[in-house]
Amino acid sequence: MEIPYTVEVRRDTGLTNGKIAIWLFLASEVMLFGALFASYILIRSGAPSWPRGDTILNVPLATFNTIVLISSSVTMVMAWASLMRARFGTYRIYMGATILLGFVFLVVKYFEYSHKFHDGLYPGTSNFLAIYFTLTGLHMLHVFGGMVVNAYLWGPGAKLWKTNPVWLTNRVENSGLFWHFVDLVWIFLFPTLYLL
Amino acid sequence: MSEPAGVAAPTPHVAHEAHHEEPGFWRKYVFSTDHKVIGIQYAVTGLLFLLFGFSLMMLLRWQLAYPGAALPLLGGLLGDARMPGGTMLPEFYNELGAMHGTIMVFLGVVPLAVGGFGNFVLPLQIGAPDMAFPRLNMASYWFFFLGGVTMLASFLVPGGAAQSGWTSYSPLANLAGTGQTWWLIGMVFLITSSLLGAINFITTTIQLRAKGLTFLRFPFFVWAQLVTSFLLLLAFPPLEAAAVMQLMDRVAGTSFFLPSGLVVSGQALTVAGGGNPLLWQHLFWFLAHPEVYVLILPAMGIVAEIIANNTRKPLWGYRAMVYSVIFLGFMSFIVWAHHMFMTGMGTAMAAFFQTTTMIISIPSVVILTALIISLWGGSIRFNTPMLFALGFLPMFGIGGLTGLPLGLNVTDIPLHDTNYVIGHFHYVVAPGTIFGLFAGIYYWFPKATGRMMNETLGKIHFFGSLVCMNVIFMPMFLMGLAGVSRRLFDGGATYAFAQPVLHLNVVSSWGAWILAIFQIPFIFNFFWSIRKGAQAGENPWQATTIEWAAPSPPPHGNFRVAPEAYREPYEYSVPGAARDFTPQHEA
Amino acid sequence: MTSDHAAMAGDHAAEIDRHVRVYITVFVALMALTIITVAVSYLHLPVPIAVTVALLVATVKGSLVACYFMHLISEKKLIYAVLVLTAVFFAALLALPAVTHSSGYWIHE
Repeated sequence: MEIPYTVEVRRDTGLTNGKIAIWLFLASEVMLFGALFASYILIRSGAPSWPRGDTILNVPLATFNTIVLISSSVTMVMAWASLMRARFGTYRIYMGATILLGFVFLVVKYFEYSHKFHDGLYPGTSNFLAIYFTLTGLHMLHVFGGMVVNAYLWGPGAKLWKTNPVWLTNRVENSGLFWHFVDLVWIFLFPTLYLL
Repeated sequence: MSEPAGVAAPTPHVAHEAHHEEPGFWRKYVFSTDHKVIGIQYAVTGLLFLLFGFSLMMLLRWQLAYPGAALPLLGGLLGDARMPGGTMLPEFYNELGAMHGTIMVFLGVVPLAVGGFGNFVLPLQIGAPDMAFPRLNMASYWFFFLGGVTMLASFLVPGGAAQSGWTSYSPLANLAGTGQTWWLIGMVFLITSSLLGAINFITTTIQLRAKGLTFLRFPFFVWAQLVTSFLLLLAFPPLEAAAVMQLMDRVAGTSFFLPSGLVVSGQALTVAGGGNPLLWQHLFWFLAHPEVYVLILPAMGIVAEIIANNTRKPLWGYRAMVYSVIFLGFMSFIVWAHHMFMTGMGTAMAAFFQTTTMIISIPSVVILTALIISLWGGSIRFNTPMLFALGFLPMFGIGGLTGLPLGLNVTDIPLHDTNYVIGHFHYVVAPGTIFGLFAGIYYWFPKATGRMMNETLGKIHFFGSLVCMNVIFMPMFLMGLAGVSRRLFDGGATYAFAQPVLHLNVVSSWGAWILAIFQIPFIFNFFWSIRKGAQAGENPWQATTIEWAAPSPPPHGNFRVAPEAYREPYEYSVPGAARDFTPQHEA
Repeated sequence: MTSDHAAMAGDHAAEIDRHVRVYITVFVALMALTIITVAVSYLHLPVPIAVTVALLVATVKGSLVACYFMHLISEKKLIYAVLVLTAVFFAALLALPAVTHSSGYWIHE
């Protein structure tokens, strides 16, 4: 049995099922990170003093990571554009680059974390670190999740190109929407945690 | 049922095609992607959890009725860690209370109302072949199942299950035993499940509705489910964030919810401090108030369907009901702090939240009034689904009206921590919502199984339950108004002021135990009717909505031919029509 | 939409080329804004000004990502409706700190 509007768009909404679903999912993600941001503001505004991020965290490393994640967003959207231009080989390259950049991000984050642990700085040390580890940890989980989906679409999932290229293109677009959202969250995390 | 040859002819062909991909037992009944099977899985699991949660409460009511007395027979079986010599330990009492709430809300009513009815009925009512994402649907059920297993397993960990109430207020919950960690992990599974479900429902409703089925031709049940799904989608993530933070507090030693200088049992806590216990309450109620509507809206939807069907009249004020349910969903996001008047919020905030609370009662009243007016002048069929639907109206009405004093800051403060609150929300959820859900079970059982449930047993079930529900909850108002706290292990026995009303605890408890007896006809009826019930046919209730166009039970893919909607959902007793109902799918 | 590779490419080729140029521009803008926000942080401005600047830059960056990478600038009405709804409730969430810290608690210092 086939579910309608998986591949083609429904005329009155102009959308595929997947497109609606991914945006609904992102809406819920906005509320998830929104709640954490609200908690951050609440705890910070109630605290007698609050450290500037750069006195504890490594700003150059995080700047590098910001650049990595923004670049991965570009390669992601280029991967989708390649499929739209029917250039499958280029798609594999861009998608591969996206996954690789995600990996670089996680490696840098690993060094940041282990450096903190080495200095005896744990989530329980202070509320600043509690929020830092919770927010970036949750964000890292999202990066990892996005990488798993992208890796699937780069590898076994890419076979769909032969049978249903439009479907694959839609899937890459939707996975891209998630990936850009993860980037967008980082764009807000970076200044709030590191620079203020 | 005999069918015209023209319709029957393609059937062998379809069956033949289906035969190629005929799934095995596991794929068909356990890891099924068919929305109907998943709906039934949800419903049956939800009913089992309801029964389990109810059993916890029956145990707890023993302690309230006869504080300190040994429970005969069963008491000894529960072990020395819980009931040494059959006498309940306070810790076990707390487990029962916390887990009763959690199980009834998150594992019983929501899975039955949204997972069960939403999954089974919604795609059929909009004329869809299945949900938009069948595999996601299966995943959603299994996340729910995992969450449920985690919650149940927490009874077996050392120290027992969560004991800090279903609200898990910090800092109490931060300092509680291991069971609380299991509770949080279970909640994360449940939230994931309802998130996947909500995305699926919304997408399905928008994308897979039949040709001609515009939004204002939706049966009211579809509207109720759509609004419910948005509530689940946008209100649950803040609780997920809160659950993650409480988990961090418990596991990683952070202090999101622990203020500085907290002293526990004479010892200063060695934590960073600086957290805010009110943050938990805000995030919890940001979910949990919309959650109230997650519980009630599907039941309202079911009741609306059944009332239209059994009065043989269109719903009175259908559009007003639709706009009300949308407004209700929207407002439910900005009333949460009326659960928190006791935290001593400022007068400005209290004024804001009591105003929004009063405003949100308006759409509820509009819907309830529309349903009552719908009865006017109808030739009502008093079958079991209709009786439960009719029972819903006054029960929900009592629940709603007794909520008004709780929505106002000044009257809430003396009432908030008393049994009055328990009475109020149980009227909304137990005889209210659960009656709506029972109505739905009797109403759609023939669609799911092809057979009717027994009417006599159904009526015994209804009248018994109606009386018992009131015997249980009405005394709570009286005890609450007399000032008896809702959190007392002995039910108030040690308080002099409680003595004149203390006997009501016994009344209430006996009501609960007799209520259990009246569920036996239902359980028997449910299983007996699957095999022995009267044959139902496609449309036993002579209803107008699209789900009745499918065979009973509907095959994989639901409809023989994709249905189209030609009219509004409740065209009953149209003047000049040959029959007293004109289905939506008939041209 | 057709499922044929060549036709799909043919229909959209010119449009996609235009898209790609936009992506490159946005990428450059994002890089520049990243450098600006880091540079500003070294000025050690007073906290309220620093917060304003940082959030302003982040909002601009975020909007660029949402509008162009996520194609929100040319999305369907239904998606906008969902996002507007989310934005309203998001605003309610961000009011949490204000609600919690609101003056008028019974216990005053």
